[in-house]
Order: sequence, then structure tokens, then C-alpha cells
Amino acid sequence: MAEHAGNDNLKKHAVYVYSEDQLGYKFSDTHPFNQKRLTLTTDLLRKMNALSNADVVPPRIATDEELLLAHDARYIDIVKKASNGLVNVSQTESFGIGTEDTPIFPNMHEASARLVGGTLTAVDYVMENKALHALNLGGGLHHGFRGRASGFCVYNDSSVAIKYIQEKYNARVLYIDTDAHHGDGVQWSFYDDPNVCTVSIHETGRYLFPGTGNVAERGTGQGYGTSFNLPIDAFTEDDSFLELYTTAFREICEFFKPDIIISQNGADAHYFDPLTHLYGTMKIYQEIPKLAHQLAHEFCDGKWIAVGGGGYDIWRVVPRAWSLLWMEMNDIELTQEHLPKEWMERWQKESPVPLIPTWMDPPNLYEPIPRKAEITEKNKQVLEKALYSIRSH
Amino acid sequence: MILEQMMNKDVQTLLPSNTIKEAITLLREKKIRHLPITNEDGNVVGVVTDRDIKDATPSNLLDSHNHDIFDTPIEEIMTKNPVIGHPLDFVEEVATIFYEQQIGCLPIVSGGKLVGIVTETDLLYKYIELTGSLQPGSQIEVRVPNRPGILFEVSKVFHDHHANVLSVLVYPDVQHDTNKILVFRVKTMNPLGIIEDIRKEGFDVLWPNMPGMTT
Repeated sequence: MAEHAGNDNLKKHAVYVYSEDQLGYKFSDTHPFNQKRLTLTTDLLRKMNALSNADVVPPRIATDEELLLAHDARYIDIVKKASNGLVNVSQTESFGIGTEDTPIFPNMHEASARLVGGTLTAVDYVMENKALHALNLGGGLHHGFRGRASGFCVYNDSSVAIKYIQEKYNARVLYIDTDAHHGDGVQWSFYDDPNVCTVSIHETGRYLFPGTGNVAERGTGQGYGTSFNLPIDAFTEDDSFLELYTTAFREICEFFKPDIIISQNGADAHYFDPLTHLYGTMKIYQEIPKLAHQLAHEFCDGKWIAVGGGGYDIWRVVPRAWSLLWMEMNDIELTQEHLPKEWMERWQKESPVPLIPTWMDPPNLYEPIPRKAEITEKNKQVLEKALYSIRSH
Repeated sequence: MILEQMMNKDVQTLLPSNTIKEAITLLREKKIRHLPITNEDGNVVGVVTDRDIKDATPSNLLDSHNHDIFDTPIEEIMTKNPVIGHPLDFVEEVATIFYEQQIGCLPIVSGGKLVGIVTETDLLYKYIELTGSLQPGSQIEVRVPNRPGILFEVSKVFHDHHANVLSVLVYPDVQHDTNKILVFRVKTMNPLGIIEDIRKEGFDVLWPNMPGMTT
């Protein structure tokens, strides 16, 4: 797949930003955010022969200067101190750390800065034409705010990366977030910026964290009209999810004309996910990257960076979903129905639940939803409201 | 909460002698709908709303511009002796006044002078703040028996989990009047442990709850 990109550098098709150091972002053994997902996914891809050593590049650690692009100095300072056990919880709680969601752990500054660095590594590969696409599954920490942690996220890799792209490469960025939770941190970072477009499709805030992401959140000042939100109802299934995603993503690309697409690929909209109430199946995780890939080629000469995100059924959902993402990025067609036997055998022993042996979910995964037609209708209304401003009337 | 904590102190006003045209310009410029009218001494003598103006002016579908109408002093169309409030009034009282009197603004007067204004929009925003939905959090609804001490039993779970509660609302249970529904907004992305413990205490957690659905 490689082609010459000048000098003696061979341009790669896609890079997989990963090292075992990324597993250091670990709150506790019982915390739902569990980076073992990365080990499981990487192993699945290797056993599929879909990932070789040549594809893998290690993440760098983001410098303080880079973190400052999207975070306050005082906050970084507190994270560093907490990282070394130099502060107590009463001093850190107002910064969102030392809480049940985002507890303090040893070396949390380095671990968090490494996840940001991974996304910056992905940016450099793509923006310097060393690779067409790049994937950092360790990234996607979309709840991180400028001055505080929130929802399992310390630093916000996407916010830092987008600022970095603006400063270093002066490109227009479209950020699309399919995590089941609203991508609030990234949205607020660029709420008044007309050169960054943020799009988030998520379960409504009626029950689910963080509660924001209403369709009326469209940006402010110069940035009015460049934030898009598609809050979908609890119990939303594949077809309705995909109807909104595909329609909105394409129309927003046509409107915004990005230079690069960054997709956040949280895998928590699945029926199995313990934290959310959406009823997606593996079908959405096959379709989501397919369209991102296609639109990146149509609008951005292929420039596409994908990051991870949420995903709390780390055994049955995340490894399959994220493997499909990497395979789509590399045009690897899925020919077999079953997961590799060696992968199943290796991990079934550790898994507290029976693994799903097939790439797609079995039929009749859940009982039919009684109010499906109304939920679909309501979601469609959300789509129309969200796109109202960019459609001609 | 009392009104002086939430009222808008930068009030746009006109004199009774100002014209309808001037009132239209001011409402448009400031994107507002209510104007207290004060005399030279700063006493409130009336209120003009966008509706008073619509009633007084010809339809914009008509071609003829009747300039006399636009030059009319607003004294002639304002509501005289409007309902007023005091900085120490409670926000709940204002909500009741708006609902019962069917009005949309309350000029706030102290020492005989206009010191602020509260509108329906301000009240609505307070309501949004009260629900806690402006801060990142998860919503948990609990059906509990309607008896004293129940809030303590439930909130003990939040204490044990060291969870920061952003708001608590109490609703009547429309299906069973022996129950009520407590709605908590909690600053956490992972409410599973809390929900499990509230259930262990014997309460019914509606998460999520949609009429016609059982999960």
C-alpha cells in the first residue's frame, strides 16, 4: 500500500499509535474505565493478521506547552502534584480529581499526557503526509475541561490536538463524536471558533451524563452554527442511530468543508454497555468508520484521525468494535464470520461473561422495543432541528 | 432565593413623554420585551410591553404609515400602576404572581425608585439552574413511599459514595399517591454503584424510565 512521499520516506497507509505504556492510565482495578481494552483489541487485530509491527508507532508524551493549548497552568500544576502524592483530596476536588469518577493514581500526569501525546503523534503522521490515516485508541477523552477533570478524563487529547493542528498546520477541523455520552469538553473548547466544527451524537441528557448536548447548543459568537448536537433517546436502535449519523455527517461535511476529520469512537452505544441505555449492535461499529473513511477521502484528501473514547463492556463490545475501525481504515475486508479461535481461547478464561464468537452480534440480542416507532420519529425530529440552519428553506 | 440575588439591575427605561417609535427602537436594539416607565424622579409609573405596542400600531402589512401613531407618547398606551416587587421578595412569589396575574415582568422598587427588573425569561433560567442540568451529571429517579425521613435514607447512599449531589427535586407520583418520586442530579459519570445501593435499601430506581416501557 505504501507510496513515495518525497525524500526517502515511504508514506504509510495508516498508523496504529500504541504502546503498553498507555495502559498506565488506570484509576483502579474496579473502575469502569479499563484500558485492558487496548490489550484485547491489539491482540485481536494481531491474531487476525490485520496489524503488523510496521503499522505500530509509539505515542509521545505531550509537553506542558502543548497541554497549555487547551488547559490552564494551575490545573496542570495540580495534576502534577496529585500525580506525586503532594496534595490531599480537599485541594484537588474543585479540579475534578480525587473524585469517585476521576480518582488520583500514581503518575497520573504522565499517563494522561501520554494519551494526549498519542493523539499528537497521530496528527503529525497525517499532517506531515507520513500516513493517510492514524488511529490512537488510547485517546478520545472528550470530557476533559480547560481547568478540571470530568467523567474519567483528565486532559482532553482531542481539544489539545485540534488547537495544535490550528497553530501548526492552520487547517479546518471537523470533530465527530459517536460516543454515547455528549462530547462536552471538546464542544466547549471550540464553542466560539468558526474554524472548528464539532458534531456529537449521543444519548439524551435526561438520565445520562453529562446532561448537556441539546440540539439548541449550536455555538456562540463567531462560532454560532459550527456546533451540532444529535441527542437520541434511550432505547435507540441501529437503524435510527445510523439514519441520523449518516445524514448529519454528510450534510455537515458539505456545509463545513473540513481539511481534516477527527473521529471520536467511543464504543458505549452498544446494548451491552453497562453505563448507557442505547440499543446499538455491532452493525453501527461497522458503519460508523466506513462513512468517516469515505468522507475523509471525499473532502479531506483522506486525512482522517480516529481516537477511542468510552466503552465499558471491554470483553464483548470494545475489542470487536475497535478492530472493525482499524480494519476499515486499512480497507481490510472482513471475510470470516467468526473471531479467531486462538483469541477466544486465550481471553475466555479471564472474561467474566461469555465472549461473542462472531464479528456481528447474534440476532434477537434483546427483546423488541415497544415504543420503537415513536423513538425513531422523535430522533428524526432531532435530526431536522439539528440541520435546520444549514439546509436551504 | 430573594430577588436582589437574581434581578437585572441594568434596566432600560423611558419617560412617559417618550414616543411609541422610541420605545420600538429601544426594544429592538436591546432585544427585550418589557420597559418600565419612570418619571423624572425615578418612580415607576407604568410598563410598556411589545404587546402594548403591537396593539397600538397599524399592521405592518398596511402600506400607509400613520406617523401620528408612532409619535404618540407612550403614556397613552402604558399599563399604569403596574404590579411591582421588592428586592427582598422570594423567587417563588414572583413565579406565582406571573402565573396568577398573567404578566411577564416585575419592576423591582426600593425607596420609591426602580432598582431592577425580573422577567419570565429570568425565572425560566433560574428553573434550569435549579435542575442542575447546566453542570455535568447523571440523573437518578427514585420512587419512595411518601413518609417522613425518607430523603435521609436515600441520601445516605450518596454520602457513602462520596457523591456530589447537584440538585434534588421532589415530584408527586402520578400513578400511586402513596409514593413520591425523588429526582437527583449527581456529579458522576458512573452511577451504577449508587443505583445498586439504593436498590439494596429497598427503593425502586427508575433508570431509565419511560412510560410504556419495562426494563
